[in-house]
Amino acid sequence: MARYVVDVMPKPEILDPQGKAVLGALPRLGFAGVTDVRQGKRFELEIEGDATDEALAEVQKMAGTLLSNPVIEDFAVHVESQA
Amino acid sequence: MKVGVVTFPGSLDDVDAQRAVRLGGNEAVALWHGDDDLKGVDAVVLPGGFSYGDYLRCGAISRFAPVMTSVIEAAERGMPVLGICNGFQILCESHLLPGALIRNDHRKFVCRDQRLRIENTRTPWTSAYAEGQEVTIVLKNGEGGFIADEATLDMLEGEGRVVARYLDDNPNGSLRDIAGITNARGNVVGLMPHPEHCVEDLTGAGTDGLGFFTSLAAAVLA
Repeated sequence: MARYVVDVMPKPEILDPQGKAVLGALPRLGFAGVTDVRQGKRFELEIEGDATDEALAEVQKMAGTLLSNPVIEDFAVHVESQA
Repeated sequence: MKVGVVTFPGSLDDVDAQRAVRLGGNEAVALWHGDDDLKGVDAVVLPGGFSYGDYLRCGAISRFAPVMTSVIEAAERGMPVLGICNGFQILCESHLLPGALIRNDHRKFVCRDQRLRIENTRTPWTSAYAEGQEVTIVLKNGEGGFIADEATLDMLEGEGRVVARYLDDNPNGSLRDIAGITNARGNVVGLMPHPEHCVEDLTGAGTDGLGFFTSLAAAVLA
């Protein structure tokens, strides 16, 4: 079994209201100096067999088709090292 | 005219949309998300709600429901499709319409009677209105901020594809106050406000929404 990780982030130019809400909450909790927060999503996919380039390409396809919306989000895919 | 109204798991406004279709002078046909059969309808409404719980992104999972394969094919052949609120989100996720809808810029759910200007009356859903007509239609959304890149916004404006624009206050941070758009062919319309809730004086902010449902009949007779 191999674990593939897909990180999805709102594109830099897209307003991220959730990140803004977190940014607003941090000073109220006494955390100073934070100038920006962006909130994204992390997907962990377990796929049968050893990690292969073919499987990685499939995960890229999944990320571009369903896991992210290319209009508003960027994604990055990597294989997580075996435990 | 037979107008299909799709019910997804989590749709809220499918029954109101069916009622609005009937009040508009057409026959409402219930369509099911898990069935790719469009039952011979002449047009389709994707109603509001929280299909699939808005999981992943609003409309992202619905877009791959079996019924949507048929809706996308039919839309590409020219069938009129109206997506309201969650339906608009599904149309953007399907890439039948450009852009995307993100969380309201003020981060709160908004529910209000919204002033709008109808700017494109050449679609099968808006032909009953006069160009530039100002109407009041209820709006309720948490993720209704319409966004697209500058080039796409300029294209939409240049081609007259902004169907409706917010007047007075912008309720959700939509770029250029855009409340609704259409595709290049003009048969697919996405709209964030809810015309199906404004079709009877008894229940709602007047009847300004009825035009979205009478336009179809008028389009057939024309």
